[in-house]
Amino acid sequence: MSPQWIAVIGASFLAYALKYIGSSIPESWLAHPRIQRINNLIPISLLSALVAIQTVTDKTKFVIDQRAAGVAVAAIALLLKAPFWLVVVSAAATSALVYKFI
Amino acid sequence: MSTSSSKSVKQDSFTVSLTVGAYGIAFGAAAVADHFTVLQACLLSLLLFSGASQFAVVGVMGAGGSAISAIATSTLLGSRNALYGLRLAPILSHRGIKRALGAQITIDESTGVALSQSTNEEMKKGFWYTGIGVFIFWNFFTLLGALGANAIGNPSAWGLDAAVPAAFLGLLWPRLKDKKSWGVAESAVMVALALAPFAPAGVPIISCAIISVIVGWRE
Repeated sequence: MSPQWIAVIGASFLAYALKYIGSSIPESWLAHPRIQRINNLIPISLLSALVAIQTVTDKTKFVIDQRAAGVAVAAIALLLKAPFWLVVVSAAATSALVYKFI
Repeated sequence: MSTSSSKSVKQDSFTVSLTVGAYGIAFGAAAVADHFTVLQACLLSLLLFSGASQFAVVGVMGAGGSAISAIATSTLLGSRNALYGLRLAPILSHRGIKRALGAQITIDESTGVALSQSTNEEMKKGFWYTGIGVFIFWNFFTLLGALGANAIGNPSAWGLDAAVPAAFLGLLWPRLKDKKSWGVAESAVMVALALAPFAPAGVPIISCAIISVIVGWRE
């Protein structure tokens, strides 16, 4: 089985298990404010790390290329309160243009 | 009165379902750009069905990470769905097959629409309409995006290599509300980049979860 298949099956199974467990356990188990705080911060650290790694690294090397230009434009779009689709499309268009002409 | 509010629940649900579901096109395209097959992209949308976790699976593996680090990152990102389920359980009070089906559509959007309603009846409707609506559109657009990316070839030429981190940035942005969240985000960027040259791919990302634990543990 390829690593992709393992990831698809493993991640899907655990995602469903989490959803099901959440709807089934007594509320007091996860109601602790510390768990709530950590849970709210988990997406922030993981998404930030994903943005950084996918923007300026290639395997184990630092690489500044068309992706950095695209993500910079995405950040500007977000600062200007653009909707999500425009953020993604403007990043892709910028990256494609830089890739083509530079 | 009840008819008009039930109509507005339907409208809210439909609007959210269509706008969010349409981003499935970005996921389908990203998955194929990161060397997943069209079938695998579609199965992730059907079975995993949680946007950020799905992007994480293809993003971590696309960056050369192992299946284990992809699964771990995806699962940590999906942990909030368990808390949504917990929050919704007394409102929905489902049992048996309804609970099993409802669990699969317990995501950001169905929870958000449900909790923004005022009566229990509307909350239930908001949850089911939005969950099912997003599920249908998200899967349909995933297939479109995956087929599209499959047809166009080189993902860099179409900017898809920047679309994925831009999508992550877009998912992150609304969560950066105060000094604490910015601090966590900045620390995560520094830790991830510091580890990148040494640690196996995927490890720099999952390691950053510890920052959330440390910051969330205190105060």
